[in-house]
Amino acid sequence: MSTADLVPLPVVLPLLAAGTKFAIGVRWPRLQRAISVGTLTAVLVVAVLLLIAADRHGPQVAAIGGWQPPIGIVLVADRLSALMLAISAAVTLCVLVYSYGQGSADEEEGLPLAVFHPTYLVLAAGISNAFLAGDLFNLYVGFEILLVASYVLITLGGTASRIRSGTTYVIVSLLSSLLFLAAIGLVYGATGTLNLADLALKLRELDPDIRLVLELSLLLAFGIKAAVFPMSAWLPDSYPTAPAPVTAVFAGLLTKVGVYAVIRTETLLFPDDDRVAALLMVIALLTMVVGILGAVAQTDVKRMLSFTLVSHIGYMIFGVALGSQLGLSGAIFYAIHHITIQTTLFLTAGMIERVAGSTSSERIGGLAKTAPLLAILFFLPAMNLAGIPPFSGFIGKVALIEGGVQDGSWLAWTLVAGSVVTSLLTLYAVGKAWSRVFWRSPRVSLPTRDAATGPGTLAGEAAAPGPGPARGGAGEDVSGATIGGRDITRGGRMPRLMTGATAALVVLGLAFTVFAGPLTGVTDRAAVELRDRAGYVRAVAPVALLRTPDGYVIGPPATIPPGFSDSGADDPAPRRTPGPRATPTPGATP
Amino acid sequence: MSVSLVLAILVGVLVAGGVVLLLERSLTRVLLGAVLLGNGINVMILTMGGVAKEAPIIGENAQADQNDPLPQVMILTAIVITFAVTAFLLALAYRSWQLQGHDEVQDDVEDRLVATRREAEELEDTGADADLEAAQDARAAVEETASPDDDAAITRDA
Repeated sequence: MSTADLVPLPVVLPLLAAGTKFAIGVRWPRLQRAISVGTLTAVLVVAVLLLIAADRHGPQVAAIGGWQPPIGIVLVADRLSALMLAISAAVTLCVLVYSYGQGSADEEEGLPLAVFHPTYLVLAAGISNAFLAGDLFNLYVGFEILLVASYVLITLGGTASRIRSGTTYVIVSLLSSLLFLAAIGLVYGATGTLNLADLALKLRELDPDIRLVLELSLLLAFGIKAAVFPMSAWLPDSYPTAPAPVTAVFAGLLTKVGVYAVIRTETLLFPDDDRVAALLMVIALLTMVVGILGAVAQTDVKRMLSFTLVSHIGYMIFGVALGSQLGLSGAIFYAIHHITIQTTLFLTAGMIERVAGSTSSERIGGLAKTAPLLAILFFLPAMNLAGIPPFSGFIGKVALIEGGVQDGSWLAWTLVAGSVVTSLLTLYAVGKAWSRVFWRSPRVSLPTRDAATGPGTLAGEAAAPGPGPARGGAGEDVSGATIGGRDITRGGRMPRLMTGATAALVVLGLAFTVFAGPLTGVTDRAAVELRDRAGYVRAVAPVALLRTPDGYVIGPPATIPPGFSDSGADDPAPRRTPGPRATPTPGATP
Repeated sequence: MSVSLVLAILVGVLVAGGVVLLLERSLTRVLLGAVLLGNGINVMILTMGGVAKEAPIIGENAQADQNDPLPQVMILTAIVITFAVTAFLLALAYRSWQLQGHDEVQDDVEDRLVATRREAEELEDTGADADLEAAQDARAAVEETASPDDDAAITRDA
């Protein structure tokens, strides 16, 4: 059995496990937990194996059902896919453990959890499918799997605020899916194929203007999913009301799936189009600046984090727009870093909610005394997000800025300046939140275990302290709520599983700093692989369909035309040291 | 590749109707808009298969006369997905109606708080604890039109 046979497992295993869990229902909680944790651990192991195999031996390809591409669909794990898959598996596993901690702390057994956990596994399967898809339509199906699961998760419990925010989310996602579907229809109409490798070959033969239309319609669909600036308003509106584990995994992974799709299409299908690169740069700048200005204006920690999430998507788009090896490597590194950090921050926001009963920095304060460990768990990823030097956020930003300087056009220089300003404003936003929530003396008395409602009582607002402004929370939109929609149990001891899972993610974030060398090695090689598209196409080896009077016959694997790869494919040695680029983009002034 | 003009016009009408309905504030209309839009796009994919020919069954028809089956397969998948999402949206609209008596898409309370913050800050100079009170006022102003809170929803459930 070769490693290529492992490729379908990250999709199949969570789906099977989800089905099993639905069948079991609420019985045997221990077995339930074992299934979930075991499945996601297995996915993590498979993803790491795939990453090693893809790094050593090139893309791992599994033709589903034995049908050859482009007739059948393929799942492809190249370095980028496998790396994203590994990080997403690690993050979903940690969030799962956290949700078990939260569920048991809120004494929530029964219906919501019986829905939550299987749906969560379906979400994991959808994410894996999107990362592994080697076919545009399969990518759409992957998106739909994860989106439908996310619809259920974001409206879990069906409370008024979740229905309100869920409505926005569902409609926007539905619209982006329809746009994606329309783009797929156009691509099929223009080329007659949807296999990514086959498309890479066939799109070259199209009229550049038609190619531009196809590229922009795909980018529009992915842009909504990735929450890129003009299409980002839905995100800070809908994420904060969901339960902490759901928000965390959405923030970490769902937008990054969109970013992944942008990277994949921009590198494999439409490389080196200067018009679109310039457009992407402008969009990246606007995403960064508008997003972070939104974050500065917020007083609620969760909403502030949602805005920083939007803002930092701009960095990845910046890297993609550069299109150079350095830029792509920086974008991939930044995506990995950001998945982990943003998830961690949302998990700590969930813990703040549990300790203080709110995430609004208008109401809470002085948590550093009552919850010193939490203060550290928030502080480390917050500084990492802002890009303070030893952390991985700094490394990612430096790589991107280096790429921008190397590009040298005035637009790239503007982007460099914009990213530095964004970074400083991020530091200001998270610093303000941290000092308000943790540092200054509390303005209102914190709710204690005694003041809090007991776990069976449903009158949640009775838990709010009498004096102070918290009483005004009668239309409070962003309030702590359990997975099932009740108020969370406040005060008391932090469940160990929640602390442990968050700490594990903080450590993972720090590990990116410690092992930055090997990691940038991998992202560099991934960037080289992305720029040298021939490796991907050769691995998938779409056969040529020859038209005969009787229809089609399968011909030999398509040959790669000369001039197909646009990078120095003969010089695969990745180097991070800035130097003259192998192939300078025309139009870039040195 | 030639395309049927009737189908092309049909796509245009369906998509246009869908977009108009999607811009409405009532969730039921939005839902209908999504259905129209989805169908319009499905018809568009169908036209991408080229002119209509015989059924693609080997042995039944000569291979040169067969339709391209792939767009139809894609449409089938898309129909299934749209169907599931439509069912979900219907459930959302019903739940929204159950909670609020109507199914209109609502503004975000926090957004409006931020929007009214300036007024709240102007009131700040009037008294000692004024910023909190001002925030209260702003909140109260928002609440007049906002949804009933979560607790009301839950008690109604219980």
